[in-house]
Amino acid sequence: MLVFILKRLGLAVLVAFTVSFISFSLLFMAGDPAAALAGETASGEDIEAVRKLYGFDRPMLVQYGDWLISALQFNFGESYYFRLPVSSLIVDRLGVTMTLGVCGISFALLTAVPLGVAAAIRPNSIIDRAALFLSVAGQAMPSFWFGLILIVIFAIQLGWLPPSGASTPAHFIMPTIVLGYYAMPAIMRLTRAGMLDVLSSDYIRTARAKGAPEGRVLFRHALRNAIIPVVSLAAVQMGFMLGGSIVVESIFALHGAGFLAWESIARNDLPTVQALILVFSMFYIVFTFLADVLNAWLDPRMRSS
Amino acid sequence: MTQPDTQDPILAEITGPTPGQMLRKRVVGHQGLMIGVVVLVILTLIAIFAPLLAPHDPYAQSLMTRMEPPVFLGGDWEHPLGTDHLGRDYLSRLIYGARVSLMIGVIAALISGVIGTAMGVAAGYFGGRVDMVVTFLINVRLAMPVVLVALAVVAILGGSLQVVIVVLGLLLWDRFAVVMRASTLQVRGREYVAAARAIGASTPRVILSEIMPNIANNLIVVVTLEMAHAILLEAALSFLGLGVQPPTPSWGLMVSEGKNMMLFEPWMVLIPGAVLFILVLAINLMGDGLRDVTAPENRS
Amino acid sequence: METPLLSVRNLTLDIPVGGGILHAVRGIDFDLMRGETLCIVGESGSGKSLTSLALMGLLGKTIRRSADRMDFDGTDILTAKPRAMRALRGDRMAMIFQEPMTSLNPAYTIGDQLTEALLLHKSVGREAARDRAVELLEKVGITAARSRLGQYPHQLSGGLRQRVMIAMALMCEPELIIADEPTTALDVTIQAQILRLLYDLGREMNMAMILITHDLGVVARVADKVAVMYAGELVETGPATDVFNTPSHPYTRGLLRCIPQPGKTERGSTLGTIPGIVPSLIGDVQGCAFRTRCPFAQAECKADIPRREEGTHMFRCIHPDGKRHAEEEVTA
Repeated sequence: MLVFILKRLGLAVLVAFTVSFISFSLLFMAGDPAAALAGETASGEDIEAVRKLYGFDRPMLVQYGDWLISALQFNFGESYYFRLPVSSLIVDRLGVTMTLGVCGISFALLTAVPLGVAAAIRPNSIIDRAALFLSVAGQAMPSFWFGLILIVIFAIQLGWLPPSGASTPAHFIMPTIVLGYYAMPAIMRLTRAGMLDVLSSDYIRTARAKGAPEGRVLFRHALRNAIIPVVSLAAVQMGFMLGGSIVVESIFALHGAGFLAWESIARNDLPTVQALILVFSMFYIVFTFLADVLNAWLDPRMRSS
Repeated sequence: MTQPDTQDPILAEITGPTPGQMLRKRVVGHQGLMIGVVVLVILTLIAIFAPLLAPHDPYAQSLMTRMEPPVFLGGDWEHPLGTDHLGRDYLSRLIYGARVSLMIGVIAALISGVIGTAMGVAAGYFGGRVDMVVTFLINVRLAMPVVLVALAVVAILGGSLQVVIVVLGLLLWDRFAVVMRASTLQVRGREYVAAARAIGASTPRVILSEIMPNIANNLIVVVTLEMAHAILLEAALSFLGLGVQPPTPSWGLMVSEGKNMMLFEPWMVLIPGAVLFILVLAINLMGDGLRDVTAPENRS
Repeated sequence: METPLLSVRNLTLDIPVGGGILHAVRGIDFDLMRGETLCIVGESGSGKSLTSLALMGLLGKTIRRSADRMDFDGTDILTAKPRAMRALRGDRMAMIFQEPMTSLNPAYTIGDQLTEALLLHKSVGREAARDRAVELLEKVGITAARSRLGQYPHQLSGGLRQRVMIAMALMCEPELIIADEPTTALDVTIQAQILRLLYDLGREMNMAMILITHDLGVVARVADKVAVMYAGELVETGPATDVFNTPSHPYTRGLLRCIPQPGKTERGSTLGTIPGIVPSLIGDVQGCAFRTRCPFAQAECKADIPRREEGTHMFRCIHPDGKRHAEEEVTA
C-alpha cells in the first residue's frame, strides 16, 4: 500500500511539473508577450522597456525556472489587468468555485447513485428506462443552454430563484444543478453496471442464504463493492467540474475562479490565465491522487498488498 | 446444383444467418441507433444543401425586420423562425449553423482520432517505455482543464473556425488514446496476431491488417462520442464569446446573442439550443447504439 | 412414526425462455428425517442446484416454482412470506455453495462475514459471536483461528475459504444444511478432507444434510438416502443400500458402470459410458426423458411412466423386474 502511494505520488508530481511547463509556455504561443503587454499603440522602445522590465529578454527556460520557483511559493506575479497579485485574486475567488464544485459533485452523486442502484435492481423496468433516457439526454444537453432554460423558467417565469449572483445559498441552487447534471450520466451508468455485476455474484447469494434482509444485501453487501470504481470517477468528474465552472459561473454571474478565468482570457491577462490553468490542474491532480489512495484503501485486496 | 433446403432445421442451423445478416438485423432492431442515424443523416443533408434550403442569406441584415417572432408565436411565413437582433433570418442561420457544428465535429474528431489512435495503438502494441510515455501524456492531458486551455489558446491565436477546429482536435485525443490502448492490449495477445508475427509479417503490417480491423468497432464508438464532445465544446466557446466569431452562424453564438434578449424573447435562446441538443443527442444515440450492436457479447 | 424434517411433493420449476418454457425440474418428491443425509446425484443441468435453491427460496425472479407440498418442520415454504423465509435461512437451514473463491464478499473480513448470520438471527453480542466464530473455525480445522477473523477472503486459499463457508453455515446450528457440490472447485486431496469434515460435523450436530454431487464414490460412503436426477426428473430414489445394491433405473445402472468398483471392475476392462445427450426440456416433455439414450427403450416409453415402489425404494421405469436383471447380464 505504501509503495503504491509513493509511486502514485511520484506520478502526480511529475504530471504537475509537466502541466506547469505547458501552462507557462502558453505565454509564448502568442508571439511576443512584451508587445502584447505594452498594448497596440506602444512604440518599439516602449516594447523594449517592457521586455526588460518583465525579463522577457532572457532564455525561456530561465524564465520558466523563475516562474516555477515563485509559483511553488504561490506567487504568480501581478495581474496585467487588475494590477493585483494573481495569488490573492485567485484565493479571493476560489471559495465560490470550491463551494460550487462540492455542491455540484454532491448533487450528482446524490441523484446518480440512487438512480443507478434503482435501475440495477430492476433492469429494463420503467425506472431503468427513465434513468437511461435521462443519462442519454443529459449527455447531449449543452450546459450553457440548460442554465439559461433554468433561468427562464425558475427566475424569470416563476420568480422562485435569483437569476445571478452568489450572496445567498439560493443563488447556488441553479448553478449546482447545471454543474452537477453533467457528471450524472457517467456516475449513473457506472453505478448501474457495477451493481448489476455485483448483484449477480456468488457472495450476494451467500448473503441471502444467511437470511440477510434485502436492504442489507443491497447496501451493505452489494453497494459497498460496486461503489469502489464510482469513487475514482467522482474524483475525475470533480476535477472536470472545476474546469467546467467557467461556463456555469459566466451564466449565473458567480464571481468565482471560473469567472476570473473568463475575464482574464478576454482581457489577455496572461499571468492570471497561466496561474488559473495551473491551479485547476493541481486540483485535478490532487483529487485523482486522493481518489486512488481512497480506492486502494476501500479495496481490501489493495490495502493489504 | 440444388439450393440447400432451408426447411430442414439442421441445415438451417448450419447455413443460418451470416454474421453480416445478423449485424444488419441488430442494427435495424435497435431503436436508439436507428433514430440517431436518421436524424443525423437529415441534419447532414441539411448542412450539405444549406444554400438550396435556406430561404434567405444568413448574413443579410435588415434593420426594418429585427427580432420578428417565429410563426408559432405570431410571426409570418416570410421568416418561419423569426429574425435576430440584426434582422437576419433565424431559420437560414440555423441551417448554415449545422455546417459549422458538423464541420467542427467531423474534422476535430478526425484530428484527435489520428493523434489518439496512433498513441494508443503504439502504447498497447509496443508496451514498455512507449506505453509509459503515452500513459504519462494521457495523465498530463487529463489534468489540463479543457475549456480553460481551449479558451486561452483560441483567445491568444484569435478566434476563427479554423483555429477552433485545430485547437479542439489537438486537445480531445485523450479518450481515443485510452480506449485504443486498452483495445490493442486486448487484441495483441490473440492467436491470429501471434500467427501473423510467426509468419514474419512486419510490424506495420501486423498493426494495419491484424490489429486495426479488430479494434475498429471501438474506434467508431469513440469517434461519435468525441464528435459530440467537440460540437458541445465549440458551442460553449462560442457562447462565451471566445470561439467562432460573429457573424459566422454558430449555434453556440446564436444562443449567446439571444441571451441578451432572453427576458422578452426566450425563443431566441431556446431554438438554437434545442437544435444543438438534437444533433448531439442523435450522435450519442448512434454511438451508444453502435456500442450495443458491435459488443462482443452480441456475437453469438 | 417420526415426521420428516423436510417433506417435498411434486416440486416443479419452470423457466420462461425465448423459445417457450423450460421445464427444468418436474415432480420431485422426497422426505428427509432429522440427522439424515440425502445425496442428490445427476449430471450437470439435471436440476440438482435449482432444486436446492428452490428449497432455500433463493431462486431468481424469473423461475416459477410450484409444488403440492414443501414443508420444513411445520413451515410451508411454498406460502411462507419473504420475511419468514429470511428467518429460516441462515438460522435453521443453511447452504454451502460450489465456489468458495467467489462466495465470500471481498470487502469484509472473515470475522464480519462469519458473525453476520448469528447477529442477524440470535440475540448475542459481538464478542460472543466472535467467540463462536473462533470455536467453529477451530472445528473446521483452521489454525490460528482468532487471527483469521481480521483477514480478508483474498488472503485465504480455496480450501480454507470453503472451510470458512462451512463454519459460516454452521454458525446458528442449523437443522438442515444443503451443500451444493461443495468440493468441485477444490484440489482432489482437499476434496476428501472437506467432505469428511462436513460428514463428521453433520453427525456430531445431528443435522440433516442434502449433499449435491456427481461423485458416486462419495455417495456410497456418506448417504443414508440417494436421489438420482436425470433431465429434471427424479428417476430413482431410496435408501442408499437399496439403490446401490439393486439399481433399478437404467440411468442409475449406467452411472454406476461409469465408476470403477474395487473387486468388481476387472483390470483392463473399459468403464461404462452413457451415449447420447440430454434432451431439450423446452416445450412439452412427455414420457421417459431418458428413452433417447436408453438401451431398453420401447414404444411405451413415450407415454407417462408410472412410479414403481418397493417399500421406500422408488423408480420410474416400465421394465418388469425379472427382465431388468436378465438384460443387465446381457449388456454388462
